[in-house]
Amino acid sequence: MLRRPFFWIIALVIAAFAGLPAIGNDVELRESLVLACVYITLASNLNLMLGYAGYINFGSIVFFGLGGYICVWLIYSHDWPLVWSLLAAGAGVSGLALVFGLGILRLRGAFFALSTIGIVEGVQAFAENFTPWGGSSGIYISPQVFLPLGGSARALWVIYFALVATMGASLYLSYFVKTSKFGLGLLAIGQNEDAAAILGVPTPRYKALAYSASAFLPAIAGGLYFFKSAFIQPSDAFDLTLSTEAIVICMLGGQGTVTGVALGAFLYEQLRGYLLTSSTFANFQLTIAGVLLLLIVLFFPAGLMGFIYSRVPAAKKVLE
Amino acid sequence: MSAAPLLALDRVSKRFGGLQAVNNLSFAIQPGEILGLIGPNGAGKSTLFNLINGVFAPNTGRIMFDGIDITGAKPFAVARHGLARTHQIVQPLTNMTVFENCTVGACFGKDNKPLAAAREAAEAAIVLTGLDDRRDMLALHLTIAGKKRLELARALAAEPKLLLLDEVLAGLNPTEVEHMIGVIRKIRDSGVTILIIEHLMQVIMNLSDRIVVLNYGEKLAEGVPADVARDPQVIEAYLGDPKLAAELEGQA
Amino acid sequence: MGRRICCRPRPLNLMLGILASIIDGVLVGLVYGLAAMGLTLIWGVMDVINLTHGTMVVAGMMGLYLLVNALGISPYLTLPPVLIGGFFVGVALYWIAIHRMVGRPPLMSLLSTFSVNLILIGIGTAVWGTALFNVEVSLPGFSLGRYTFPGAHILAAVLAAVIAAALYFFLHYTRIGKALRAVANNREAAELVGIPTTRLLAIAVGTGVALAGVAGVLIGTLFPFTILSGDGYQLKGFIVTVLGGFGNPVGALLGGIALGVLEGAVTPFVPVSWTLVIEFALFVLVLIAFPNGIFASRRGAL
Repeated sequence: MLRRPFFWIIALVIAAFAGLPAIGNDVELRESLVLACVYITLASNLNLMLGYAGYINFGSIVFFGLGGYICVWLIYSHDWPLVWSLLAAGAGVSGLALVFGLGILRLRGAFFALSTIGIVEGVQAFAENFTPWGGSSGIYISPQVFLPLGGSARALWVIYFALVATMGASLYLSYFVKTSKFGLGLLAIGQNEDAAAILGVPTPRYKALAYSASAFLPAIAGGLYFFKSAFIQPSDAFDLTLSTEAIVICMLGGQGTVTGVALGAFLYEQLRGYLLTSSTFANFQLTIAGVLLLLIVLFFPAGLMGFIYSRVPAAKKVLE
Repeated sequence: MSAAPLLALDRVSKRFGGLQAVNNLSFAIQPGEILGLIGPNGAGKSTLFNLINGVFAPNTGRIMFDGIDITGAKPFAVARHGLARTHQIVQPLTNMTVFENCTVGACFGKDNKPLAAAREAAEAAIVLTGLDDRRDMLALHLTIAGKKRLELARALAAEPKLLLLDEVLAGLNPTEVEHMIGVIRKIRDSGVTILIIEHLMQVIMNLSDRIVVLNYGEKLAEGVPADVARDPQVIEAYLGDPKLAAELEGQA
Repeated sequence: MGRRICCRPRPLNLMLGILASIIDGVLVGLVYGLAAMGLTLIWGVMDVINLTHGTMVVAGMMGLYLLVNALGISPYLTLPPVLIGGFFVGVALYWIAIHRMVGRPPLMSLLSTFSVNLILIGIGTAVWGTALFNVEVSLPGFSLGRYTFPGAHILAAVLAAVIAAALYFFLHYTRIGKALRAVANNREAAELVGIPTTRLLAIAVGTGVALAGVAGVLIGTLFPFTILSGDGYQLKGFIVTVLGGFGNPVGALLGGIALGVLEGAVTPFVPVSWTLVIEFALFVLVLIAFPNGIFASRRGAL
């Protein structure tokens, strides 16, 4: 594994994300990279279901939001330290995903996709009515929580590095899965689920594992993100826009590839940044995302990586 | 010949709505033999395969594989016990290469091989079926003959105890048929038991050690090819032409 | 939803109140059934799930609102223009997003219709934001004791039934309708007998969207709406389709009634924000138990 160049390519990306803002103490760069980290984390993990197993998870935001809620609530109501809250959020959301997954993964492709939206709506309705979580007003945590981390300024760096680590873990996870027997089974499911089952791939178990695994790191990312904001409310935590964008990113970069997702996230974020500052397009974020997705699905279903591989076939040996 | 059968069906029946597809069927396959399954279209042969490998569960009856009751077991569980099949309408994993297709077969068979070992088994299967020149070609780019070979290679890669072949020769030209027959014989010689459905009469009569004839989901006859070819009920229902029967008898 | 049961919860009052709510649910349910018919038609003919469906229903609602406010005509007179406009929009949708997806994995058609939906909602919210629209319809209601069934509900239900009957007639007694059913049943065989399948697929989508628009008009006469209301009606459309059988218009009507009855029975007791969640949970549970819908008709039957 250490001999494969791609392993080091990922390491380089992580180093760049961590190092570049750190070197110049560049807070502005750091803040713009935070969103990139979140996008890459969400999209890489989404890829396990979408790109490998061929199941669209429209509601992957639920992992992010629920992870955020569990983490923030543990810190706010029970004074847990950050690390344990994050791990609890990750484990909790993964566990719930496993349970729900076993149910909804029995549904055929489109119904599964729809039920993932329903889960978001259900969890959001729950959060809005659940008083310990502040209902629709959400939870505010006081800046005191940053003290154990060395004060607000330092805490923001710590959180950033943790986010970079989460992103890195997501990239490595999708890489290791793809090159493993488990990943091969998932890819077979994505090609032809019935044939895969007949070949011996234990489809129910593998799908549930992929779904649950795809929840862990986004939950932690959610915990970090909302902890950093010191505030969480249902409408932010369960905003379907983010999971929609994750889908666009996967398709843009090339579903089923590890590099594509990272590239796609980077490109999409640049595009989005530009659009938000342009007065004509500020309101059209979702519309542009829709146009982009439509063009990709119609004309470039293999995304950016598909284009690169068709021009430079040798790249396939190095990149995943 | 008195060893325990590898596969035994005991009074298996399957009905779909108003259609009795398989009716009270019983037979057994001995390890190491090639059992041919013939019958007119709609006789229930493919349904039988689907019952054996777990795509459907039978309404009544039991299916025993290597001493284990696999009645109603899910397809992936059946594959784990060491049973592999090919499909009449090919089911390649389209956007994966020939090699990757076979690796999937090898990984999830009875030995539950890790990736490295699976890759070796896949390689061996590819060489045996003559696909090594197309090893890295995407399955969707293969010709129909190539896809049929891929079905076989993928099933073989799992190193099954029992191989179900569903019309693996259909649509092939005579040269390709000859080649496949050689491959099938080599497979049996390597210790794999084979249950084969085929419409090419001469081929299946030659290849099989024994034959089971199905008609309307029921067993019409069972025996060595020569006896089956002489069986008047079979001739009437299926072979139709007494002269052909005599010809085949002369060859068996 | 705005249905109130009267007064003190003495058992008999409660029972009658629930009964009234249920009857009203049947009326509204007929409209839900109509809303689902467009979805189930497209699904049945080409195995494509139209994720723009909810937005098309909202488009029908907006059509109602704009025409009524601009021309001052009766709400019900907007039905013909919305029907025709919806048909052409549907045909356009077919050519833009669905034509190239036929035969590709279902994932792709889901994503293509999903992306069109994003575009439409994006434009819609940019132009109209999340404003609440309401179309006033005053018709004499039907009173039974202290319970009143709004005239709008009754008329909407009647119109929904009429339109559904028209669809049934179209599918079973006209050449195009029969051709559609043939394509739904077995597209290759239909092509072999000379049916121009591509044109028919476009017609199917056009009809499906037209039905969604018309349902939107009727729902617009019953309840206020925003650009984002589509999601809820799309979900109801899916539930109805699952209950009634894919590709089965009569089943859609029955499924709609069933859903309406369920809502009628449940809404008096549960806060509104939970209604959708409950319906949703039901949807998932039903699908887990009956992966092909409750009335699992032979796939491809219309």
